[in-house]
Amino acid sequence: MIRAENIIKQFDDHEVLKGVSMEFNPGKTNLIIGRSGAGKTVFLKILVGLLEPSSGKVWYDNVDFFSLNKKQVRAIRLEVGMLFQGSALFDSMKVQENVRFPLDMFTNHTLAEKNKQVDLCLERVGLSGAHQKYPSELSGGMQKRVGIARAIVMEPKYLFCDEPNSGLDPRTALVIDELIQDITYEHNMTTIINTHDMNSVMEIGDNIAYLHEGFLAWQGSKDEVLTSDNELLQGFIFASPFLQRLRSAALKQG
Amino acid sequence: MISNLLYHIGRYILLLRQTFSRPENLGMYWKETMRQMEDIGIGSLIIVALISVFMGAVAAVQFSYQLDGTLVPQWYIGYIVRDLAIIESAPTITCLVLAGKVGSNMAAELGTMRQKEHIDAMELMGVNTAAYLILPKIIAALFMIPLLVTLSAYVAIGGGYLATVPVGTLSSDDYERGLRAFFLPHNVTMMYVKAVVFAFILTTVPCFQGYFVKGGNIELGKASTNAVVFSNILILLSDYMIAVLLTG
Repeated sequence: MIRAENIIKQFDDHEVLKGVSMEFNPGKTNLIIGRSGAGKTVFLKILVGLLEPSSGKVWYDNVDFFSLNKKQVRAIRLEVGMLFQGSALFDSMKVQENVRFPLDMFTNHTLAEKNKQVDLCLERVGLSGAHQKYPSELSGGMQKRVGIARAIVMEPKYLFCDEPNSGLDPRTALVIDELIQDITYEHNMTTIINTHDMNSVMEIGDNIAYLHEGFLAWQGSKDEVLTSDNELLQGFIFASPFLQRLRSAALKQG
Repeated sequence: MISNLLYHIGRYILLLRQTFSRPENLGMYWKETMRQMEDIGIGSLIIVALISVFMGAVAAVQFSYQLDGTLVPQWYIGYIVRDLAIIESAPTITCLVLAGKVGSNMAAELGTMRQKEHIDAMELMGVNTAAYLILPKIIAALFMIPLLVTLSAYVAIGGGYLATVPVGTLSSDDYERGLRAFFLPHNVTMMYVKAVVFAFILTTVPCFQGYFVKGGNIELGKASTNAVVFSNILILLSDYMIAVLLTG
């Protein structure tokens, strides 16, 4: 479980987050949604500890993350996997080396054991034959899948995904969404996804938090999105007249 | 401006402190150090040899011109080329060139890694990125640059020979006589002190510039340029200080 407690983040005079509190439970795909500039990325970076909040606390289970020393932070990070918006694969390494990197760095396993673990992860994301390819030889969707394989290779308790669908076509985006959701359920991970992809919201949003101008404006599940009367949320999700008509029709039909 | 300077000096010192910490996995650091040694050492061989041969040749031709018609014997050319190479041109000019080649490359590499979130990704895995990405570069430079400087000194002396002996300015024996005259081992010590200090500057300053890059391609270009400019200024400043300290 990860809990954010009254997070405020200020850059010079600009307050990006204005007291956000949320709880993210294991075995669920938790989505943070919101318009560009709403503070989603800053919030995610604070949750993973890449940015420090101006005030407020982040709890990993019962541990206050920002009160830890460097050694303790490293220990927590061994339990964290992250998929970056641009995948962040190391260009000079092959797919196998990319996925194996955390194992090489932090385990004393033999090469055979590490390669076996890499094989399992690559198989899980459907990329069994890509071991010897460089990231530049892969499509955007494949790069994301390698990113997921690398994120789960250490069998983390917490998985963070920053805009996992950006730059992908709707079908590939759906495949990535389903993969993240399946892995979350299989390993009972606490998964937090930062997205503004409405397909993701409606498909995999077990717990959705809507950020608006630095505030938590709404929280609920994908089933509650349609019926919610929160104007800010509706204005964001059903932004176009076509979607508004679609929602009205869906509500009429019950 | 002074507070800005102090801020950057403080940040640089903190980065160094973070860099010189215990490696997570010696094997990975060893692999990275070997890669850097190849990049810095083998990758710079041709450029170092090329500038050194011309440095030696130009020094020999210039001094031959200066000494012509004076009471100073012509065989002094060998002596002058040797000491000029050992004391100044091999460590200083070589490291100024390496600051341009190796330094800008390091700043661009780290800057790109920062922009493409590679550093964030490693940081999130629990890697001490300052240590993993910078320490191997420093170690590799501290080993390889003194070797390159040694090579540069030999090649410069060879360049002086090529510029004077085959064209008949000096006989081979005279050039050799000059090379053997007034040799002070202390000068070689000074060359290595300079090489080590300059190697440290030309790796840590560009790494500092690249590691903290913010923004896009324009900022990356600026960081790369700053890396070379600041390295060169610091190399020349420390060259002067070493000269004062070791010749006083």
